[in-house]
Amino acid sequence: MTYFMSCVTSEEERRVRANDRDYNEKFQYASNCIMTSKYNIITFLPVNLFEQFQEVANTYFLFLLILQLIPQISSLSWFTTIVPLALVLSITAVKDATDDYFRHKSDNQVNNRQSQVLIRGLLQNEKWMNVRVGDIIKLENNQFVAADLLLLSSSEPHGLCYIETAELDGETNMKVRQSVSVTSELGDQNNLASFDGEVVCEPPNNKLDRFCGTLYWRDKKYTLTNQNMLLRGCVLRNTEACYGLVIFAGPDTKLMQNSGRTKFKRTSIDRLMNTLVLWIFGFLVCMGVILAVGNAVWEREVGSLFQSYLPWDPPVDNFLFSAFLSFWSYVIILNTVVPISLYVSVEVIRLGHSYFINWDQQMFCSQCNTAAEARTTTLNEELGQVEYIFSDKTGTLTQNIMSFNKCSINGQTYGKYTHTHTLSGRFIRLDFTPFNPLADPNFCFYDDTLLESVKVGDSHTHEFFRLLSLCHTVMSEEKSEGELVYKAQSPDEGALVTAARNFGFVFRSRTPGTITTTEIGRPVTYTLLAILDFNNIRKRMSVIVRNPEGRIRLYCKGADTVLLERLHPCNQELMNITSDHLNEYAADGLRTLALAYRDLSEDEWEAWSESHRCADKATNCREDRLAAAYEEIEQDMMLLGATAIEDKLQEGVPETIAVLSLANIKIWVLTGDKQETAVNIGYSCKMLTDNMTEVFIIRGHTVQSVRQDFRSVSLSAAWGEGGKQLQCPPPPPSNLMDNISGEFALVINGHSLAHALEADMEMEFVSTACACKAVICCRVTPLQKAQVVELIKKHKKAVTLAIGDGANDVSMIKSAHIGVGISGQEGIQAVLASDYSFSQFRFLQRLLLVHGRWSYLRMCRFLCYFFYKNFAFTMVHFWFGFFCGFSAQTVYDQYFITLYNIVYTSLPVLAMGIFDQDVPDQRSLEYPKLYEPGQLNLLFNKREFFICIAQGIYTSVVLFFVPCAVLSDATQSTGVPLADYQTFAVTTATALVIVVSVQIALDTGFWTVFNHVFVWGSLGSYFTIMFALHSQTLFKIFPNQFHFVGSAQSTLLQPVVWLTIALATAICIVPVLAFRFLKVDLKPQLSDTVRYTQLVRQKKRKPVGRKGRLGARSGSRRSGYAFAHQEGFGELITSGKNMRLSSLALATFASRHSSSWIDTLRRKKHTHTHTPPTGAETDIKIMYC
Amino acid sequence: MGRTKKMVKEELANRPDNTAFTQQRLPAWQPMLSAGIVIPGFVIIGLAFIGIGVALFVTSQSIQLLELDYTGVEQTSPCFKCSDPNAKNCMCELTFSTDTLFKGPVFFYYGLSNYFQNYRSYGVSKDDDQLSGNLDNFKSPSDTCAPYEYDRNNKPFVPCGAVANSLFNDTFKLYQIVNGAKKVVPLDGKGISWWTDYNIKYRNPAVTPLKNAFNGTVKPLYWSKPAYELDPSDPANNGFINQDFLVWMRRAALPDFRKLYRRITDGDYAEGLPAGNYSLQIAYNYPVLSFEGRKKVVFSNVSWMGGKNEFLGIAYLVIGSLCVVMSVVMLIVYAKFKFPEEE
Repeated sequence: MTYFMSCVTSEEERRVRANDRDYNEKFQYASNCIMTSKYNIITFLPVNLFEQFQEVANTYFLFLLILQLIPQISSLSWFTTIVPLALVLSITAVKDATDDYFRHKSDNQVNNRQSQVLIRGLLQNEKWMNVRVGDIIKLENNQFVAADLLLLSSSEPHGLCYIETAELDGETNMKVRQSVSVTSELGDQNNLASFDGEVVCEPPNNKLDRFCGTLYWRDKKYTLTNQNMLLRGCVLRNTEACYGLVIFAGPDTKLMQNSGRTKFKRTSIDRLMNTLVLWIFGFLVCMGVILAVGNAVWEREVGSLFQSYLPWDPPVDNFLFSAFLSFWSYVIILNTVVPISLYVSVEVIRLGHSYFINWDQQMFCSQCNTAAEARTTTLNEELGQVEYIFSDKTGTLTQNIMSFNKCSINGQTYGKYTHTHTLSGRFIRLDFTPFNPLADPNFCFYDDTLLESVKVGDSHTHEFFRLLSLCHTVMSEEKSEGELVYKAQSPDEGALVTAARNFGFVFRSRTPGTITTTEIGRPVTYTLLAILDFNNIRKRMSVIVRNPEGRIRLYCKGADTVLLERLHPCNQELMNITSDHLNEYAADGLRTLALAYRDLSEDEWEAWSESHRCADKATNCREDRLAAAYEEIEQDMMLLGATAIEDKLQEGVPETIAVLSLANIKIWVLTGDKQETAVNIGYSCKMLTDNMTEVFIIRGHTVQSVRQDFRSVSLSAAWGEGGKQLQCPPPPPSNLMDNISGEFALVINGHSLAHALEADMEMEFVSTACACKAVICCRVTPLQKAQVVELIKKHKKAVTLAIGDGANDVSMIKSAHIGVGISGQEGIQAVLASDYSFSQFRFLQRLLLVHGRWSYLRMCRFLCYFFYKNFAFTMVHFWFGFFCGFSAQTVYDQYFITLYNIVYTSLPVLAMGIFDQDVPDQRSLEYPKLYEPGQLNLLFNKREFFICIAQGIYTSVVLFFVPCAVLSDATQSTGVPLADYQTFAVTTATALVIVVSVQIALDTGFWTVFNHVFVWGSLGSYFTIMFALHSQTLFKIFPNQFHFVGSAQSTLLQPVVWLTIALATAICIVPVLAFRFLKVDLKPQLSDTVRYTQLVRQKKRKPVGRKGRLGARSGSRRSGYAFAHQEGFGELITSGKNMRLSSLALATFASRHSSSWIDTLRRKKHTHTHTPPTGAETDIKIMYC
Repeated sequence: MGRTKKMVKEELANRPDNTAFTQQRLPAWQPMLSAGIVIPGFVIIGLAFIGIGVALFVTSQSIQLLELDYTGVEQTSPCFKCSDPNAKNCMCELTFSTDTLFKGPVFFYYGLSNYFQNYRSYGVSKDDDQLSGNLDNFKSPSDTCAPYEYDRNNKPFVPCGAVANSLFNDTFKLYQIVNGAKKVVPLDGKGISWWTDYNIKYRNPAVTPLKNAFNGTVKPLYWSKPAYELDPSDPANNGFINQDFLVWMRRAALPDFRKLYRRITDGDYAEGLPAGNYSLQIAYNYPVLSFEGRKKVVFSNVSWMGGKNEFLGIAYLVIGSLCVVMSVVMLIVYAKFKFPEEE
């Protein structure tokens, strides 16, 4: 209360009194009206222009414009600069205005949403923008939260309510919020209307998971935390209604505070372009200096004597000052080497490419009805240079759908055919409905012998499915009789329980102490005695149940490696057979589990139960003691069999990865999943193969062990297996990794990665990882994903692409050069952060190999030509300088200079930049090697730039000296000399336009109708406009502006002029033609070859290596245990805590998004109020202890 | 059923259009620099260029050209006496002879060297409005004319500007010496300027007599006669449409240039200048020695391609031969490193 006088200007704390608008208005808090738009109608012009002139290029041209207004310097009319500048500025302004218009529209839409505000005891509908801080508003189910609210009361007991925060943090699971107990009792609006509590809290900030404040009401203080807050952007779920007090509104809300400016990504071509433009500036200054020195010498030697005909201007009374002015005059004339239209043309081309991506039907997914979307229009050509792809696993490579595929029961394997085999339709999908009305119609299985075995009543089979129906932590919901919905914590578990359901062992419902199932139509209720929960070390879970007959049995499922060790010795024979089956399944890339049971006598149970209780109550080392207790009872089990679950890959993933790796793109999988799962997926999508020399696994927990791992990896990679025996200190691994042979793969765990990413080891990590063909990082946190990407960006100078679908991929997507979001799945956070989005991983090959490659090719060709044409155009002035006393006399008519870049030569090169193709799209996919020039940056680099410049300068030499030599003593056939300035100007300009048009014709490899129209149109427009500008009509209107009247006619009617133009064109083009022919002949690029073969229509041959690769199956032994589980669920079930919530909160339980509301609940029990750690962190902690 | 229908519809809503344009499958011509096109192409271009080159060269050789420098630098030159800047109204006489008929029509040029008509501030120093007959600009010329805008008494120069001021004012008379007697060769000064200059670009003000338009103005500093009295023999050839003035105002692109002075088309000389001795009488007024300039007269006839121009023919021959040589080289390369067709 002491700092009551706090000033409004910089808010130190916020005070809000409920239902007291007058009081709250004193503080001038922001209203709930949001404005993401930048301009309004009045401010648009000044603000937009101000922004545009912050660009160096625009400022430079403005500076030129000012120079041109000084008569002594002005060597060109002002309009030669202002017309292109105005054009460039207006194109950008139109684009900005359109963007802003859409922002206005969405702002309006949001601001005009309706909400119910409690005003003077009555609920009134108000627009969102009229909601004030201190108002109490009522929210109903599925409504968006209008502002950051303090939850006061809710229709649910204990003031609980559920929210979904997908829009805020991308997590699709539900979270629970609870009001302070005193306000939750207020209940209805009559009580709330008289509520006059005052909240004192922190000022607006962007921390989504933190809030601290105090509620003062009726002389009592109540602490407020984030647990009491409903943030703007959340959606109310499964709660009929709730009331909240507005604390932060509009721009002060955490959502808006978080929507900072996204980092602007630039492509490497962009950066190169900026460097080159700077070089050109330098070049321009050099030219200016040379010509100014020339001018000084000339004025001293010649000009001073020539004063009888041309006296120096009074201010120009000496040659040095004249040279100074001449420098600036030449800067004006030669400014066209820095092409004003470059940036805007590049933007237009990129926009075109983006539209082609959006329009591509082959990147449209008809199942989820989403087309690919280029969300950023500035990165397209970088798609053609990608060297590293960082991919998320779940939801990106896989569909996150598990299907029960095979099983082994008592030594008998079932389910011969996987899903892919049956696509042909030869195997009929089993129909379960006649046998079992409760069956899930979506379940697919193709082996009827298993069903027969159930029908016959094979006891092993029955026990197998009974286990599956009992040993799990799934919750069920039965909306109407027989319509079961399972809420599984992981999709694997869902798949297993569903399989049991279809084979007649239907899990119906559970209470903390019972599990009710229907076994072949007969309802059975088991007493659930204990759940021996899953964790990462145990790699198994068990339940102990008492069946209606009173027999106690322990059912256990878990990783084969751990479970097979705990079997009763009498199982040896069965174990061998099952083990073979497990190997088979693992080889098919399936996720396997072994199942076993153990009968317990009542005494055994009592004894164990006692020791379990003891362990449970222990205060120190509870986890260890529990584990020991579990270990004690999970012994001497009888093997039942094994299950194999297919983690369904997205369509076409192995093929895509194969094609991309043929294109020399290295693919790293970064997943939060466990090592086994990740390796499994690595095999099933052919990143890892059995042909690989070795797959290194790094899972050290300490710096030393990780370092040791890297050393041994690099040793054994360099010298094969023998390397490990060498005891001498290894040389720096970077040298080693250069000369390794063979294919290696690296799998690294999250905790090892943490060490590997430290400054002293990152080089070792990078060199090792980059020498490997495939890299899989598992158990990585979102932050680590970003760190790995940054590491490669830093050390490899390579273009990186990150692809993912979930909120945990956002950081990686943002830090990679290119971020790709998988759309059409849950959550939009990744898509919102991405630069490109589409719905299937396989579209990536088309995005990179087709669109990216084309974009890069087009952009490079465009830039080469663009610099060429401007140098050819501008440097003519330089040569002319030596003949006109360095007086900054232009060679061309000023209108020609104005229009050259924006009319005569812009559209053909733009058409090439948008439409050009060297090889058709199917070929780029067939020959992935075509992608390499982009990665090696071959098509446009400093060398290519100098070649373009040299060609441009050569052209300018030809264009000046050929007309100069011919015309100096040529005459018309009427005897009138042709050496006058205007004839010379027209001849040179015409030759220039023709030469650059022929050049673009040579550069264009793909002549669509647009190219024809633009090339011929540009030539036509040149002649039309020239004749118009040189016409009598225009001259009669503005005699002072059109000096060139009649020049076009009188010049272009002369055969000598045309012979000159033809000669100049031949001298410019013939060497280029010869050079290109010889280059194609002597050193053909792959694209030339492909193009050539395409042309001669030879029988197309598929590239080698694409087939053989994909069909390969292997038989190596891998632990296929995969169980994407988190511990803690068993406890929850037995405690009954989540039973009440089960019907509500589990509705959107996603496996990947950690069940953090559960965490929250658990922590509440322990009265912790800290930020709940993510699931991955929790697990890592467990692994450490 | 209705739902599936609706879904199909929705699916269509998002599916991109299947047009050749959006799918980047526009029909296109894809040229390729194959040997079958390039090598014959080079041969054809080469042969064509050689052909044109030969024609140009032969034509150029047939053109007769006679150049006479009359700057008067050397003491032996008849015009040496006139090169003194103090000499006023100096006349000098050059003699020359032709052995054969100088085929007509013969064109008579004057040439200047080291003269920078292409200097920027020289070139802009004129007033196009004034020259198109706008009387307002007679009173107040455009400031582009500086420093020849107003005289010391603040009277406007008409025509103003450095270009007009420096009008070439040597005059020539050509005589054939027939048996010791001078026979005047008639010189035709009509139509030596561009048609557009004479008919459109330069206009006298519509005032008769023309002299009245020039009231309140002064003649350019270096001029001996005002603009309306440039050609006393032909009243129509005065003011801004005087042919010599027009020829001068069309400034040259390079510092060494020649400008058409007269044509020899009339009378006995319509067929050309017969072999014999000639005398050229020069009224030497134009000082060029101060800036090391040179003055010359040139007699030349023309062909279909204009005046004598050896460079063009030779250049065509050279480029044509290079093309042929290149095509041979390419053929050899192609034969040796045959394009790997089997791949």
